[in-house]
Amino acid sequence: MSKQILRINMADLSYKYEKVPKKWSKWAGRGLTSTIVAEEVEPTCHPLGPNNKLVIAPGWVSGTPAAPSSGRTSFGGKSPLTGGIKESNSGGLSSQKIAKLGLAAIIIEGTPKDEKWYTLFLNKDGVKFESADDILGKGMYQVDEIFWKKYPNEPAIIGIGPVGEKKLSNAGISINDPENKPGRYAARGGLGAVMGARGVKALIVDDTDGPGVDIADMDLFKAGRKKLTDAIMSHDLTKPGGGLNLYGTNVLMNIVNEAGGLPTRNFSAGQFEGAAKISGEMIAEMVEKRGGGMTGHGCHPGCVIKCSNIYPDEEGNDFVSCVEYESAWAFGANCGIDDLDYVAKMIRECNDLGLDTIEAGNTVAVYMDGGALEFGDKEGALSLFDEIRKMSPLGRILGQGVEATAKAFGVHRVPTVKGQSMPAYEPRAIKGIGVTYATTPMGADHTAGYTIAPEIAGVSGKVDPLTDEGKADLSLTFQAATAFIDSTGYCLFIAFPILDIETGFAGMVESVAGVMGLKADDVDAIAMGKEVLKIEREFNTRAGFTSADDRLPEFMRYEKLPPHDVVWTMPDEDLDKVYSWID
Amino acid sequence: MRVEVRVFATLRRYLPDLGIGEARVMDVPDGTTLDEIREILELPAEEVKVIMVNHLQAAPQDPGADGDRITYIPAVAGG
Ligand code: SF4
Repeated sequence: MSKQILRINMADLSYKYEKVPKKWSKWAGRGLTSTIVAEEVEPTCHPLGPNNKLVIAPGWVSGTPAAPSSGRTSFGGKSPLTGGIKESNSGGLSSQKIAKLGLAAIIIEGTPKDEKWYTLFLNKDGVKFESADDILGKGMYQVDEIFWKKYPNEPAIIGIGPVGEKKLSNAGISINDPENKPGRYAARGGLGAVMGARGVKALIVDDTDGPGVDIADMDLFKAGRKKLTDAIMSHDLTKPGGGLNLYGTNVLMNIVNEAGGLPTRNFSAGQFEGAAKISGEMIAEMVEKRGGGMTGHGCHPGCVIKCSNIYPDEEGNDFVSCVEYESAWAFGANCGIDDLDYVAKMIRECNDLGLDTIEAGNTVAVYMDGGALEFGDKEGALSLFDEIRKMSPLGRILGQGVEATAKAFGVHRVPTVKGQSMPAYEPRAIKGIGVTYATTPMGADHTAGYTIAPEIAGVSGKVDPLTDEGKADLSLTFQAATAFIDSTGYCLFIAFPILDIETGFAGMVESVAGVMGLKADDVDAIAMGKEVLKIEREFNTRAGFTSADDRLPEFMRYEKLPPHDVVWTMPDEDLDKVYSWID
Repeated sequence: MRVEVRVFATLRRYLPDLGIGEARVMDVPDGTTLDEIREILELPAEEVKVIMVNHLQAAPQDPGADGDRITYIPAVAGG
């Protein structure tokens, strides 16, 4: 059965299945969400108004038998945080289940006329619209629990917390993990508010007896899958017992700190004296000492890398998944907090309320920088989440993210690009990632073009992080490769082994070609990635973005960052070069 | 010369008495290279992916200098 598009109209509570139009048929994941958003959403529309849409798409290989680490779901729409196009992808249970229902994408459009809230239940028979009155205002831990009690088939739960209900710009979309906890988020860019604006509190996906995913050329798919799996299982970083498996993404905390590129106390230094205490090594030690939680956790069935973790509380009970690098940095180093238990508590608050941890951590740091709280005040930081839960005026400001908070508290050190705050790599000390932050259509986002691989980790060659030269080209190559991988359904972390091991890259391409019924030679990953970037970039241009939006914040040009005492020196012309092949 | 050495992640198993982020202070002859220091510490060459000296990338054949902060790093990355 060929894949279909499910279009859900919240204005009249109807839905229909559509054939995938030919022009969309080559895309999946990010390529498909961005294509649909660019075609169907007016770029100048208000992100919370009736003309924005939420588009959800699994990748090409999601839902296929045993493709390794292939459970990513892409979410797309116009971002309330950036005002540009957004694709945010996540692990969790949703991707494989949507794919197994035979769906290429779900488009949610319209606004309920009665201003009521709904839960959508989706299975092989279609969509049921149910009142969400009984779960309104509830956090995602409770929501997930309620629906697994109600639906015994252990469905995927895509939902928003109270922050998404209030349509605040830092609202993410939660996806339940294999333990049915809201540990996975399509976090960035405020797409939870876009879902809230559609009147949808939760979308439940039950794939029981779904048609499954067609594979056009099974032999090619299997050959590719084997090469890719072999590469993942043999690379030092991704193999069982390798760095990601043992320590998670937070294996980076100490390393980026050593490189002097760990943003500390709202991007005022590149090293944090408490880095070791909030590192991946420390998480592993806590898991061992407390006898609970786990490292080597998979965020969806079929992940072979398993970089996730479950952090234990002091009694050794499972407390929160996942304390990853970005989140540990956001509430740790960036707020001057060196206590993992408090970091974990704030991550759990975000998971429950429906917030992006990166934006939330940066927001707390900016609030501290404004003098409202001392850096390092962990109790004070944690209590801010009570304000958000209460939806007090302060809570609402914080829920809007960094830029709103910086304005409210008179802060000039505002680490954002296109309205979205920076992740855990200092662009003054690691220049290539700064080019990615500045130029990606997504707003400051490390995953959009992860030059950290060669600049810090020695993956895919070695490049000096402190020089400007060659970084425009480096960033573009990574941005294009990422746009492709984000379309496959594979987790971006397969990039590390396949950049180092050629057969792994070939295997990835072959597995995708096998699903699509193409020859491997006809799948040009970089060219297709560039096509996606072009679609996204043109959306932003139509939304009013110019080259002036492809810049890092001014303070980075004059505030020297210790320990290297460097400023951002990248010439504007170099930044403009990154996308000059389009304009 | 006196140098301080740190190891992280999977390399920590070779210097198990060091706490996370703690340094081993070593006295070695002047001009000892980073690779030679690695050998003294019995860190397997194939597991060392990156070396940093005073927060900057360095090469195995580079000589150390008095007061250097040296870090040996295995395969790491994340997001
Ligand atoms: S590698 Fe980590 S983030 Fe990627 S799919 Fe596996 S557990 Fe999830």
